[in-house]
Amino acid sequence: MELLERFAAGDLEAFEVLFRQHQREVYAWIVRIVRDTGIAEDLTVETFWRIYKYRARFKPDGNFRAWARRIATNAALDHLRHARRETALPENLPCEASPDSAVRGETRDLIRKAFYELPPKYRLVAALALVEEESYSDIAHAVGISESLVKVRVFRAVRMLRNKLNSLVVEVCAK
Amino acid sequence: MSNEEFSNAMKELLKQAIAPVRDAELRRDLWPQMLARLERQPQPVSSVPWFDWALAAILSTVLIFFPSSIPALLYHL
Repeated sequence: MELLERFAAGDLEAFEVLFRQHQREVYAWIVRIVRDTGIAEDLTVETFWRIYKYRARFKPDGNFRAWARRIATNAALDHLRHARRETALPENLPCEASPDSAVRGETRDLIRKAFYELPPKYRLVAALALVEEESYSDIAHAVGISESLVKVRVFRAVRMLRNKLNSLVVEVCAK
Repeated sequence: MSNEEFSNAMKELLKQAIAPVRDAELRRDLWPQMLARLERQPQPVSSVPWFDWALAAILSTVLIFFPSSIPALLYHL
């Protein structure tokens, strides 16, 4: 019996093999969204918990990687929804300042604050499309929406950021 | 400034404020945590789709409030 068939049938050993094969990729995707290594680890476990829980819905001839990424995205989005406003600026990743950056100190904090105040579904696409430069196609598959809708959400996210930072952006762009 | 120019400007500002994740490498194996999670939360013995519960609830409600419908229901079974 193939690995995916054994997994779908509830074989724990098959699940362990899949876990070890995909945990790094799932983690790497989640950390790009939530931007916190500890939370990303917890959400990776949560993702595989959901994968195991709903294994009966997985078709063994399907794409496990894509399915796992979709579930990981949903887990990350659930986290963004629940964690909203609980913690300010949760990013614990090293932030490399640009040497010639016009965006420093308080200004950077303002932008980050505006970013973290975006509604979760907009923050998710903004993080992936604008910061991480993932393709619209990859984001669309991961979120389970069309590429057009991804573009719309990115556009709206930019507009929301613009509204929050209007005066700041005008100042920076004028330089 | 056009929308596209503004989007690009915003993108640059965002990237300067929030650096892309360069090191997304998982530092440790999470399988022990996964096993602990599986042991802590055993899977449900059986999962009944939500619409089955909804149908059962609707049927129960109808039978409780309209007991005269029981013979009609039995007739159609």
